[in-house]
Amino acid sequence: MKINIFKYAAPATFYPLAGKMIPWFMWAAALLGIAGLYYSFFEAPLADYQQGQSYKIMFIHVPTAWMSMFIYVVMAMWAASGLIWNTRLSAMMAKSLAPTGALFAFLALVTGAVWGKPTWGTWWVWDARLTSELILFFLYIGFIALGAAIEDPRRAAKATGLLALVGIVNVPIIYFSVIWWSTLHQPPSLKLNESTMGVEMLISILLMTLCFWSYTIGVALSRVRTEILQRESKTDWVAALVQEGEKK
Amino acid sequence: MKRRYKKIAFIVGGVAGIGIAAALVLNAFQSNMVFFFSPTQVMANEAPVDRPFRLGGLVKEGSIERQDDGLTVNFIVTDHAVDMPVVFVGILPDLFREGQGVVTQGRLESSNLFRAEEVLAKHDETYMPPEVAEALEKGQQAKAENDSKSTTTTLIAN
Repeated sequence: MKINIFKYAAPATFYPLAGKMIPWFMWAAALLGIAGLYYSFFEAPLADYQQGQSYKIMFIHVPTAWMSMFIYVVMAMWAASGLIWNTRLSAMMAKSLAPTGALFAFLALVTGAVWGKPTWGTWWVWDARLTSELILFFLYIGFIALGAAIEDPRRAAKATGLLALVGIVNVPIIYFSVIWWSTLHQPPSLKLNESTMGVEMLISILLMTLCFWSYTIGVALSRVRTEILQRESKTDWVAALVQEGEKK
Repeated sequence: MKRRYKKIAFIVGGVAGIGIAAALVLNAFQSNMVFFFSPTQVMANEAPVDRPFRLGGLVKEGSIERQDDGLTVNFIVTDHAVDMPVVFVGILPDLFREGQGVVTQGRLESSNLFRAEEVLAKHDETYMPPEVAEALEKGQQAKAENDSKSTTTTLIAN
């Protein structure tokens, strides 16, 4: 078992494997996205009993906010495994996830603002939930910037890995902020065993979340492939790959 | 092998340390992390007197009074224990209605009047279609009527 894992941790074997997996995840993302949007627009109730139609922003807002937190946890775990086992692939995975995480954090903030204006009456307030989510966005940006500022990839991986691990404390703060403190943002509608929303609304959110998951995996894998080619550009197997490509 | 365990211990310990530090800092700032004060807290003089703060609670049923100028609104913010009269001049958010949660920013004009400069609506985490909400309300009313019949005490259904 152990040999197997480390075999695929080698960039030369992971590169073709990732290439095979990408279309699957991207197709899954497309299909789930179509299903999710169809459900959001046509199956989910037209209006909420209090907010009217503006509640439908939830179908983008909630999944993007979840993804921004979830991707950060995964990224920090890759960073930790890179620091512990010194595997090259781990750091590349962490680096590949960061832009997508930043994108989702940004989308969560923007959709939240667009939703906040009609319901709360303001685009932005400095309450604990909104502020901690903004910090998460800055953590992603800092992670990307720090990685780009250090030229040696090994040193860059160490520095960004530490940043990712320090920032992980922010994730539970985001999640529990609405429970610990009195915020303008409402508490979570979905808990592990119960939900306070209609079933059709729940299905829309879950479909959109699965779509974003597949998209994230697909896009992170294709970024990892580029990263592998860049870092291994002097090795024999990349040279062979390029030669093969030229023949075609 | 040993070096790896050391690294794992270092990372786990480091994250735990930062977590504890963050928890202590947030705990120390607890009073500043509060987004709004409830009417009870205001009555207990916990809210600042010399600078603006936010007052949060429910808009009391039947308390909204619109003045003739069309912009001035008087209403009462309540937490079911203490009522706090509020006056506001401006445009209210769509969700503002009786029984709805609100967060208002402003300052105390007197010990019994809060002048708001901004009114934000706060909604809860329940989402449902209007028909379901209507059905639920009807069900509650029916239940309240049954209860009042059986106990011969009058219950006012909200």
